[in-house]
Amino acid sequence: MAENRVSRAGLFEEVKVLERKPSDHISIERDPDDLWGDSRVIVNIGPTHPAMHGALRMVAKLNGETIEKSYCEFGYTHRAKEKLGENRTYHNFIVYTDRLNYCSALINNVTYAMAVEKLMGIEVPQRCTWIRMICCELARVIDHLICVGINAVDLGAFSFFLYGFHQREEAYTLIEKLSGARLTTSYTRIGGLMADAPEGWEKEVKDWVKRTRKVIDEMDALLTGNRIWHQRTKGVAVFNREMCMKYSWTGPNARAAGIDRDLRRDQPVMFYKDVEFDVPTAQNGDVFDRYLVRMEEIRQSLNIIVQCADKLKPGPIWVEDKRVRIPDKDVVANTMEGLIHHFKFFMKGFDVPAGEAYTCFEGGNGELGFYIVSKGGPNAHRMRIRGPSVWHYQGLTPMSEGQKVADMVAGLGSINVIAGELDR
Amino acid sequence: MDARTQVPTNGGWWLDKWGTAWKEQIEKFRARFGADCEEVRFPGEYPTDVPILYVKKERIVEVLSYLKEETGFEYDFLADITATDEEAEPRFEIVYNLASISKVWRIRVKCRCPEGQEVPTAVSVWPGANWAEREIFDMYGVKFSGHPDLRRILMDDRWVGHPLRKDYPLKGYQIFPTPMAPRPELLED
Repeated sequence: MAENRVSRAGLFEEVKVLERKPSDHISIERDPDDLWGDSRVIVNIGPTHPAMHGALRMVAKLNGETIEKSYCEFGYTHRAKEKLGENRTYHNFIVYTDRLNYCSALINNVTYAMAVEKLMGIEVPQRCTWIRMICCELARVIDHLICVGINAVDLGAFSFFLYGFHQREEAYTLIEKLSGARLTTSYTRIGGLMADAPEGWEKEVKDWVKRTRKVIDEMDALLTGNRIWHQRTKGVAVFNREMCMKYSWTGPNARAAGIDRDLRRDQPVMFYKDVEFDVPTAQNGDVFDRYLVRMEEIRQSLNIIVQCADKLKPGPIWVEDKRVRIPDKDVVANTMEGLIHHFKFFMKGFDVPAGEAYTCFEGGNGELGFYIVSKGGPNAHRMRIRGPSVWHYQGLTPMSEGQKVADMVAGLGSINVIAGELDR
Repeated sequence: MDARTQVPTNGGWWLDKWGTAWKEQIEKFRARFGADCEEVRFPGEYPTDVPILYVKKERIVEVLSYLKEETGFEYDFLADITATDEEAEPRFEIVYNLASISKVWRIRVKCRCPEGQEVPTAVSVWPGANWAEREIFDMYGVKFSGHPDLRRILMDDRWVGHPLRKDYPLKGYQIFPTPMAPRPELLED
């Protein structure tokens, strides 16, 4: 016992030596709320981290668990799509648009096709437009289901995610029936579609809508009234209206902050003038409001899908324009002219008249724009892709200032940044 | 440029709907900026979907804040900033795609920038322009004077060349064995 006491006394003496002099004691000007003193630490979150969606990187200076200052980096999956757009033909570029926002590949396909059609002055047939609208809304439902599902997984609500994912897989089966692919669809062509919808497809879509409505109600019952979910999301990662305007936020994230803007309603393309839907908005701009807006938008999209499926009539899916129409296979196989046409189409591409246009459409996350400058010829002079994720991700730094690390993760999940669209 | 073809606007109703408003705006704009408004390209006369205003790059910040705040314009939403490489001097064109949330109309502002010269930054008007301008610097090498944090954004900091320039080679490698180090200086107050 005595030995023990001696050794303990020695320990105390050592501690005494280490103690600071009153002159350099930090507690004199210390902020009482600043529990950690100057023990700030720089943490590197990402680029490969389960909480960062895709290869995103945030370097944050933490005070305890609070982010004091941070900066974001991206570009880890940069594939030079804009450069490819200048060096591939307009037809070749369709497959690259799938890999932008891969959660809503069909919206990218459709918007790109519209952008080139706008430059060429082409109007596609009715059936093609209705199918495209169904595709867009299917993709939007998938995109929103992923966003709210993954956001809930980040915050610990795993079963909610599984409900949504089941419906998402079924939607992918519907898309597979259209295009043969589930994720990277490449379904549209300039002036038409890859293939017509199979017989009875619209009935299958309507059945899927019926089932999905029930599932959305179940998901709603599971989470919207949940007290833990409220505490975890309300007032977290707030990005208010003013900040949204400063950082050019669009889509559900801006609508959650009270910006009543939906390009489907304000700038109607295709037949959006002829379908009825509401644009949900919320006021607070926090994670909970973004979740609510997305859930309501899923319901509205399901309504639009039913209206479009009702109006789907048999008819041509290709515009009768020799410049862009891909010749039918029997013509290619049996006639010389058809073969030459086919060869020229795929090897040289078609010419787009000189001009420039910025085409935008309400994508899954916000304003998806293609700014194409053509100087004639089969390649674009400039192919700019305005992905909404870039602008949303830029807002992450001011949004997460003063928030806890776990709240930053909640915020990042709720703004649905997709790395493919961010890096291009 | 072939001006015979006309670019239809979204849904085909923009020129009908906003044509008179655009004409009034351009008149007012020309009266305000005079010779600094170098050129106006109007849809119908030129193959474009919205009017394009070419302005002198020295006054671009003033132009952008005027378009943002003046009644009758109210372009309060920055849709996009990008650039094009025209391959002849003045080589670069900086393109500002603007939109209005309340009025829905859109417009495009451009300024020409010869190689080696700088363009004033628009961060004071739109903080969100920060990354878009960094991307232009990264891809075209156009510098923005007064920009708070002008470094590369998509490519590695050690990258040589500006990929979206027309004379940039399509094939080639630049391999960096080590990742980019964190930059603690960016986290200082």
